[in-house]
Amino acid sequence: MSPTTTSATPPVLETRDLHCTFQVRQGMFKPKKPLHAVNGISLKVHKGEVLGLVGESGCGKSTFARILLGLQKATAGDVRIDGHATTDFTRKQISRRIQPIFQDPYSSLNPRKTIGTIITLPLSVHGVGDPSSWRGTVEKMMDLCGLPKRVYDSFPNQLSGGQRQRVAIARALVMRPEVVICDEPTSALDVSVQSQILNLLQDLRAELGLTYVLISHNLAVVEHMATSVAVMYLGRIVEQTDTDTLFRAPKHPYTEALLASVLTPEPGKGVPDAQLGATFPNPINPPPGCTFHTRCPKVMDVCRQIAPREITIDGSTVECHLHDRQLNAA
Amino acid sequence: MAALLEVENLRVDIPLGAGDLHAVRGISFHVDRGETLCIVGESGCGKSLTSLSLMGLLPPKAVRQADKLFFDGIDLTQASQGKMSDIRGNRMAMIFQEPMTSLNPAYTIGNQLEEALLRHQKVSGKEARERAIHLLEKVGITGAASRLGQYPHQLSGGLRQRVMIAMALMCGPELILADEPTTALDVTIQAQILHLMIELQKEFGMGMILITHDLGIVARVADRVAVMYAGQIVESGTVNEVFDNPMHPYTQGLLRCIPVPGKTRRGEPLGSIPGIVPSLIGKIEGCAFANRCRYTFQDCLTTDVPLAETSPGRGYRCLLSDQQCLENAKEVA
Repeated sequence: MSPTTTSATPPVLETRDLHCTFQVRQGMFKPKKPLHAVNGISLKVHKGEVLGLVGESGCGKSTFARILLGLQKATAGDVRIDGHATTDFTRKQISRRIQPIFQDPYSSLNPRKTIGTIITLPLSVHGVGDPSSWRGTVEKMMDLCGLPKRVYDSFPNQLSGGQRQRVAIARALVMRPEVVICDEPTSALDVSVQSQILNLLQDLRAELGLTYVLISHNLAVVEHMATSVAVMYLGRIVEQTDTDTLFRAPKHPYTEALLASVLTPEPGKGVPDAQLGATFPNPINPPPGCTFHTRCPKVMDVCRQIAPREITIDGSTVECHLHDRQLNAA
Repeated sequence: MAALLEVENLRVDIPLGAGDLHAVRGISFHVDRGETLCIVGESGCGKSLTSLSLMGLLPPKAVRQADKLFFDGIDLTQASQGKMSDIRGNRMAMIFQEPMTSLNPAYTIGNQLEEALLRHQKVSGKEARERAIHLLEKVGITGAASRLGQYPHQLSGGLRQRVMIAMALMCGPELILADEPTTALDVTIQAQILHLMIELQKEFGMGMILITHDLGIVARVADRVAVMYAGQIVESGTVNEVFDNPMHPYTQGLLRCIPVPGKTRRGEPLGSIPGIVPSLIGKIEGCAFANRCRYTFQDCLTTDVPLAETSPGRGYRCLLSDQQCLENAKEVA
């Protein structure tokens, strides 16, 4: 869990200066323009960690997740699993080690297949073991995920939202992957069901030694689940540190604003005013300098011209001029 | 002074092949001017149908009955279609959940904003336009005049929701019904929109019914809270009463389910409510929560549980005595 114990072994998942650029059409006769959805992300996830990835919609979280899963090609930089670049692997090899859990359990399960077939599919695709053993493996997985055996022959529409998400989890885990990418795993679920799924994810992590990348906009969930957190803004990680530090002493003004916007169930505190302008910048025309300067309450002149560099303070990294001692000294 | 909206024993039934679906099963509440009532509950508990039934926007099949349904002294159960049309959008306005789908993609923002005002009040096109610009500025949209000619797809989600709010305010309504107004939005935008709604509500002295499943929003926005479960209000009271001393086992369970930074220990299992919401088709016997409740005893399964009022406006629907409930609540904290 703690970074010190795992620093000797290579991180189970690592990205190095990852870029993903889309060419976006502007109009029929106008030239295409590049959109940097992921703009240089370097992250390390060690075994057993839960990395929380937070950011507003449109900041590139999901594109990043798709690259990790091998569903989207990075335009530059690479993803490494146990120190090996994924470009050396086939799609199939990647999917044996990294599996996704998606947001919406209503659309991520094929409505025409039974639960048993859905969970068995990864086993048959990868030809794991003897087909006669599949049913046993699947039922064991279902049991682990809290699904009763009788739903084996049911169809997704016969299950509740929480149960469907359990099916999605069972399907992801039946291959015994090392890393699970959870893209908003509970945001489509009701409060009482959400806590069940979060508990299940925690239990499975302990039991199977899983590593999670947890993408969520719900900061309370991230604080509860994650061991370290990366805050993303316009394709870049603007702050990354362990969960305690991030929630206790956020460094980047964007992180501060995000934390201030969290509505905890404490009556009488009123709704905070995060002081962020409403305008999320257009990613096709990102602002010059620090991309956050248009909304930053602590903006300085230098922010408008020079993009901040990555600064490491006490084990956390932050991209903000406010924390750049060299700059402030000059 | 009489309440702005008074609802007594409101029922909504939807006839289905297998029997009637009792979506809303006799709920009573009231909203005063300048006050926010939050209706909180999980999906399928009937909170959205409640708001639609107040607006007279239920699907044609659904049957609405109520002992009392008064909006500013007007009996809505007796109001004709024409009368409802005059009230709806004019004195009572609604903000829907999905700003992506509830704006018409084929009309400009300006068109859609001005439409309601031109329909309800004797104003010129120019006046309507001015009002639209004024309100867009009010909800924090810059360059309001140029926005009027834009189509919904040209706006971001946050801006669209602001347009929805401006639209609801066009005729200066006395009551706003907001159904999950910020569910589709980012946390930063959510805080801004809620902040804005409260400000506008105070400024215009409107009554507001806010429907949500997010207890965080309820705690921060509500004056009074009604917790709905399976078509009934299972607990109601002021926001402090409900959050500090939840009486109904369902409310207690809900509050245990959400991680609270600083309060729940990281990584520790969260509380949960096992089981699922019962079917509301056909006859429902006993307490609807009995199959998921930790404290169920024999009587729960057979007795219809009345709403026990402990003080005016404060009540809960449970057979356990106050003392037992309070002990449970302590367990929560």
